[in-house]
Amino acid sequence: MNILICIKRVPVVGRKIQFTADAQEIDTSSMGFAISPHEGCAVEEAVRLIEKHGGAATVLTLGPVEAEEQLRDAMAIGVDRALHLQTDGREFDPIATANAIVDAVRADGTPFDLLLFGNEAADTGDYQVGVRVAHALGLPCVTGVTALEIHDGRATAHRQVPGGVEIYEVALPAVIAVKDGINFPRFPSLPGRLKAKKKPLVTIEPTWQNGGLQKTSLLNPPEETHQVVILGKGPEAAPKVVDLLAELGLL
Amino acid sequence: MILAYIDQDRGKINEASFEALTLARRLAEQTNAPLHAVVIGKAEAGLTARLGAFGVSALHHAQHEQLNEYAPAAYAQCLVEILDAQKPDAALAAGTERGNEIMAHVAAKTNLPMAANCIAAQAGAAYTVTRLRFAGSLYEEAKLDGATKLLTVAPATLSARAAATAQTVTVNTFTPQLAQADLRARVGARVETASDKIALGEARVVVGGGRGVGSAEGFKELEELAALLGGAVGCSRVATGMGWRPHADQIGQTGNRIQPELYIACGISGAIQHLVGAKGAKHILAINTDPEASIMYKADYAVIGDLLQIVPAISAEIRKRRG
Repeated sequence: MNILICIKRVPVVGRKIQFTADAQEIDTSSMGFAISPHEGCAVEEAVRLIEKHGGAATVLTLGPVEAEEQLRDAMAIGVDRALHLQTDGREFDPIATANAIVDAVRADGTPFDLLLFGNEAADTGDYQVGVRVAHALGLPCVTGVTALEIHDGRATAHRQVPGGVEIYEVALPAVIAVKDGINFPRFPSLPGRLKAKKKPLVTIEPTWQNGGLQKTSLLNPPEETHQVVILGKGPEAAPKVVDLLAELGLL
Repeated sequence: MILAYIDQDRGKINEASFEALTLARRLAEQTNAPLHAVVIGKAEAGLTARLGAFGVSALHHAQHEQLNEYAPAAYAQCLVEILDAQKPDAALAAGTERGNEIMAHVAAKTNLPMAANCIAAQAGAAYTVTRLRFAGSLYEEAKLDGATKLLTVAPATLSARAAATAQTVTVNTFTPQLAQADLRARVGARVETASDKIALGEARVVVGGGRGVGSAEGFKELEELAALLGGAVGCSRVATGMGWRPHADQIGQTGNRIQPELYIACGISGAIQHLVGAKGAKHILAINTDPEASIMYKADYAVIGDLLQIVPAISAEIRKRRG
């Protein structure tokens, strides 16, 4: 089977986030980057499916030149090839992103059986790119997936909901947006990393467009100013904790 | 007109819908427009009166035998029909898994832009919205265009408030035209979890464990304390990564969002990705060996020391007081 995985390079943020002077971007000068967590799981899921059913996996990202690092990371754990929709660093909104992906999929011509996305990107949290791509390509789509089985040209997908699990079954080809927890991604091995350097990577220059959701600025949430009350040290603090439970009406 | 989607699952309303409805009413007031709601499938008794109290003047009630089980594209089609016929200025849903999914399908079907997880919106030719990035570690201000502005409202960020004056609700029942393609992805079966287990998202007390718990065994102490308080046990990503707990117990950006009266965070350093999941907690008690851990900047109360000694001591003290 042929699998496409769409990933995003995101900064790994800490407690206090700093911005560039125009408040348009996060100041990432002292930050590391990674594949957005849900999408890291999508890569792992694709590799497992290929190991089990045979076929080939392609990883795609839309991002700056540096995003090649995340494409190589995906290839280091077993993805076969990469498509880099290279931007000049400008942010593509969800419509622009989905259009660029759809154009690239059509131009690539590979008959993908499965298009895997992360449920939402860690940074922008738009919750829609996979769904838009599914509609544009006329494919069924299941999001929030935490377990996936492929059998006889069909996908069975589990989705965690309050109080239980919903089970979806769709015919392939299909778009599946997965969530962290579907698996625990492996770490690349050194031989894997070396192999990844030689795997084919195609660079495409997508056209930026205003899809109608345009960021004007970034800001930090209001600071909560509060002091932590230290109830005590060690097990001797237990009575004070239970006093607190009583005070909050939780006993 | 401003349209609000009221989400329900087999007759049970998702309360976050009323937060979205509250923001929808503010937009209706700003634009001097009527406020309409849409509900799909069998509706809860008394829903119309509740919507009236929130300022809704018309309810569009979609009914179709194929809508008894959740099918995201079919649910979206119900909204698309209202968009086509009534051209609302904006359509809102709660930023729950489902609300975001349905609105994404509406956006894809209509090719309209959509802003997910907004906490504020100002009407205009384009709307000015404030929305969450990094699950709320960061805010974004953005311009949202579209003949109908599509937005979802981040849960637990604004309070549901009834209108100053209640409205009489006109109910318009309709049968949407569903295409076969709308029904390809739908819930085919369900597995219910044991009903004696309290859901993390609903628990009044959550006892969470992280790296400091040290092992799967260590969680027994947390289970015991949670059981005494009628609460639930959660964990950090480290604990699921180590295989100590199932992913379903994870609290954080890629796991559960909790909103208990008290969150007891045991051996959790407090990575921002974890804390965004606990933002709904009214109070946080941190139990940690490190008084400088990040969790101390968010906690209201703390006990410094080894949780494997402190947690059992708290359980013992509760038993002693209860006699």
